[in-house]
Parts: sequence; C-alpha cells; structure tokens
Amino acid sequence: MSTTVLFDTPGPRARRRQLIGTVLGALVLLGLLAFVLARLNANGQLEGQRWAILFDTSTGVPQRLGEALLRTLQVAAVGMLFATLFGMLLAVGRLSDHRWVRIPVATVIEFFRAVPLLVLIFALYFVLPSYGIDLSAFAALTTGLVLYNSAVLAEIFRAGILSVDRGQREAGFAIGMRKTQVMTLILLPQAVRRMLPVLVAQLVVLLKDSSLGFIIGYFELLRQARSLVEFYNLGFGNTYTFQLYVGAALIYILVNVLLSWLARVVERRTRRSSKAAAAEDVELPADVQMGGGGGPA
Amino acid sequence: MQFFVDNFDLLKDAFLQTLSLSLLAGLLALVLGTLLAAMRVSPIAPLRWLATFYVETFRNTPLTVVFFFMIFGLPQIDFVIDFFTGAVLSVGLYTAAFVCEALRSGINAVAAGQVEAARAVGLTFGQTLREIVLPQAFRTVVPPLGNVWIAMVKNTSIAAGFSVTELSAVLPRLVNADAGDLTLVLVGVVAGYLIITLPSAFAVHRLERRVAILR
Repeated sequence: MSTTVLFDTPGPRARRRQLIGTVLGALVLLGLLAFVLARLNANGQLEGQRWAILFDTSTGVPQRLGEALLRTLQVAAVGMLFATLFGMLLAVGRLSDHRWVRIPVATVIEFFRAVPLLVLIFALYFVLPSYGIDLSAFAALTTGLVLYNSAVLAEIFRAGILSVDRGQREAGFAIGMRKTQVMTLILLPQAVRRMLPVLVAQLVVLLKDSSLGFIIGYFELLRQARSLVEFYNLGFGNTYTFQLYVGAALIYILVNVLLSWLARVVERRTRRSSKAAAAEDVELPADVQMGGGGGPA
Repeated sequence: MQFFVDNFDLLKDAFLQTLSLSLLAGLLALVLGTLLAAMRVSPIAPLRWLATFYVETFRNTPLTVVFFFMIFGLPQIDFVIDFFTGAVLSVGLYTAAFVCEALRSGINAVAAGQVEAARAVGLTFGQTLREIVLPQAFRTVVPPLGNVWIAMVKNTSIAAGFSVTELSAVLPRLVNADAGDLTLVLVGVVAGYLIITLPSAFAVHRLERRVAILR
C-alpha cells in the first residue's frame, strides 16, 4: 500500500507513542541479540581464530567451499538449461490443437507439479536402480530438478504465450504463416521477453532447491560444509562446526540475494521497454517463488 | 506386493507424521505471517524494516539451510530441540515469509476508500486493520494462500533429510532395510501427498467461491 492510506500522518502525541514503542522494541531486539551473542561467546564461538578457518587458504577450506559452490552452480545451470528447453516444449504441447498431444502433456505437467521435488529425486535415486538404471547423485538431482522445473516453467511460458495480444497471432496467420511459424516467430519471442523476470525468479528457486542434493549425498555446498565439519570434528572436536555452517549459509544467501537483485533489474528494464509492456496482468502460479513444489493451477 | 503390505504400517505412521507436521507448521506460518503482514504496513518504521528484513532473508534462504540452523545451529546457543520440533519451526518460519507476501498483496487489493472511510469514522490503525482491511484481504488471498499451503505440504518432505520419519523418508529407510520392490512404496508415498493436497485444492476452490467479494 502506498503507506499513506492506512494511517494519518502522526501528530505529536502519536509520534511520541511511536518513539516509545520504537525504543522499547529496539531494546527487546538488542536484548535478544545480546543474549544470542553472549551464549555464543560463552561457548567460545566468537573467537577470531575459529572464524579464520573460513578465510585461511592453507587449510583448504575456502577452496573446498569454492569448489562446492561451483558444483552447486553447475547443477543449477544444467538444470535451468534443460528445464527451459523442456518447459518451452511442454508449454507448446499443452497449447496444441490436437487433443492427443494436449491431454498427455497436461497430465505430465500436473503430475510433476503435484509431487514433492524430494520425492522425485528419491524415486530417481532409490527406485530406478531396481530397474537396472543406476543414476549418480548428480544425475538424480539434476534430472529431478529438470522434471519439476520444466513443469513449472511450462506453466509460466503458457501464461506468457496466452498473454500475447490475439491480434499478433491473427496477423501471423493472415500473412500466411504456418502454426509452427506463428508459434516460433511471433508468440514465443514475445512470451519469453515478457516472462523474463519470472524466469530469473525461477532460477533463484532452482538454485535454492539444488541444496536438496545434501540429502542424497551430492557434494554441493551444504554437503561439503557437513563433510568438512565431520573431518575437523575428528581432529579438533566440535571447534569449527558452527563457523563452517554459517559460512556455507552465508554463501547461499549472498548468491541468492545477488540473483534476486538481478531479477529485479531485469524486471525494471523489461517494464520500461514498451515492447514488453503489460507483463503485470499475466496470471501466474502464485507460489512460483516457494521452491520444492508449486501448487496445482 | 508383499513388501508393500509388510510396510504399510510404516507408511501409515509416516503419513500421519507428515500430516501433523504440515498442520502445526501451517498454523505457525499463518499466525506469524499475519503478524508480519501487519508489521509491514504499520505506521511504525522499525516494525516495517524488521518485517521486510525477515521476509527478504527467508525468501532468499533455501529451506534446507533453515533446517540446518534449527537442527545444528540452535544447540550452539544451548537450545536443544528434537527433530520434529525443529522441522515444525523451520517449515513454519520459512512459510510465514510467503504467507506475509500473499497477505500483503491482499491488503493492497483492498479499495482505498474502505480505509479512508474507516479512518474518517475515527478508527485507529489497529482497528482499521482488524475490522476493515484484514477480513477483506483474507478473502481475496484465499487462492494464493491455498497454493502456499500446498507448496508447504510438499516442502515438509525436506524434513526427511533431518531424521524426521515423515512420508518421503520412507524411501531411503526401506532402501537400507532390504531390497524389496520399492515401486509400490513410491506409489504409496506419492498417494500420501495427494491425499493431503488434492482435497486441499478442492476445499480452497470451494472456499474461494463462498467468500469471494464482488467488486
């Protein structure tokens, strides 16, 4: 809300009350923060040398975390590439004129959106071997991500294609284009440009979901942190546990915040360009951002 | 088939675990998310900042990392909680950020005239929010909230990685047990989730039609 509608500009008395509230709230928050810091300090978690391990290249920790970040990004990149391709195909299939294409494709999309991503990954990793197909953790993770995200992206593309003005399509047919030409030359380019912000947002979700690799033992960022912790626990007891986890989490948050920021930049740029106007009134699955599973449409 | 029948009780317990985890986390997310949404539109700037900070942090953190902090981080400040509580807290706190965003979009959709009228008759900010804005906002965001709920039910599967014996966890547990045919078990697991999500989607649809406001 444009903040002004919900409340009046505060007068002197309201301002005083707000000031008191602000100070009290700040005190409570600071108290909480101080409590956490005090507990951490009492447990010796704040000592500089414990944190130094995150930056000390001689221990190999920063390198390991860097490699793990690369592996995380690798999964995300491969996943995004294939998910975009398949998503586009599925979207076109769902909009097909032929019922025998449309219905199976719709079923596939709805199925993969209805099943939790982790169950998909488990199915690929634990159930497929009994049919003689052994997937590596990387393959299972990436395939799961691709299956789930192509279903989500298909819905995004479909919304985009449907949002392109009807006249565009009709004009294409009027100058004698075939259905395929209308789709690939007229509708898809406009749909993709319009959906760019949502696509980037979905990349953030995909990157977040790649952390599920932790559970099936793919050495992405979290798993690497865990294994480093286990390694150091042998030599030094519980010394570096907290630091390594916080380090891994911070890397995740940093990368995601960067991507979210990128998404916002892309969104602002597309909104400014007149060619891609009216992206706002496109209907989307409301929970695209949540990861791990969208809702049925 | 025999393998499936032998493990049916395991599957049933796991289903109940997923159901209770979802319900508890959903309740927590709804309450906290409403509070956060109220904070985000409040006249007191620090409250707004705090809520914005919360939402941005949780939306940019993988749920797995939230789990990590709950399960391995909290003991570092001497809070030891069991895995199930940790899972409820993780999923609930994470989802609250999305509930807040959904609700905020609903608050934005309430016609400005409603709020102006409320202020004109002398209602305070709290009263305006409680009596006028939120009841209407909740009605408009029934579908997005339903989607958040369904996504959350599916997100509870991540608890499988943190020693909670919920539905998804059945698969790795039985893989380690012995090599029976897992296909039927997989079907059972998927069915377990659908038993929760499909009726939810249906109920949300019904509710949406019943409470929708004509504008």
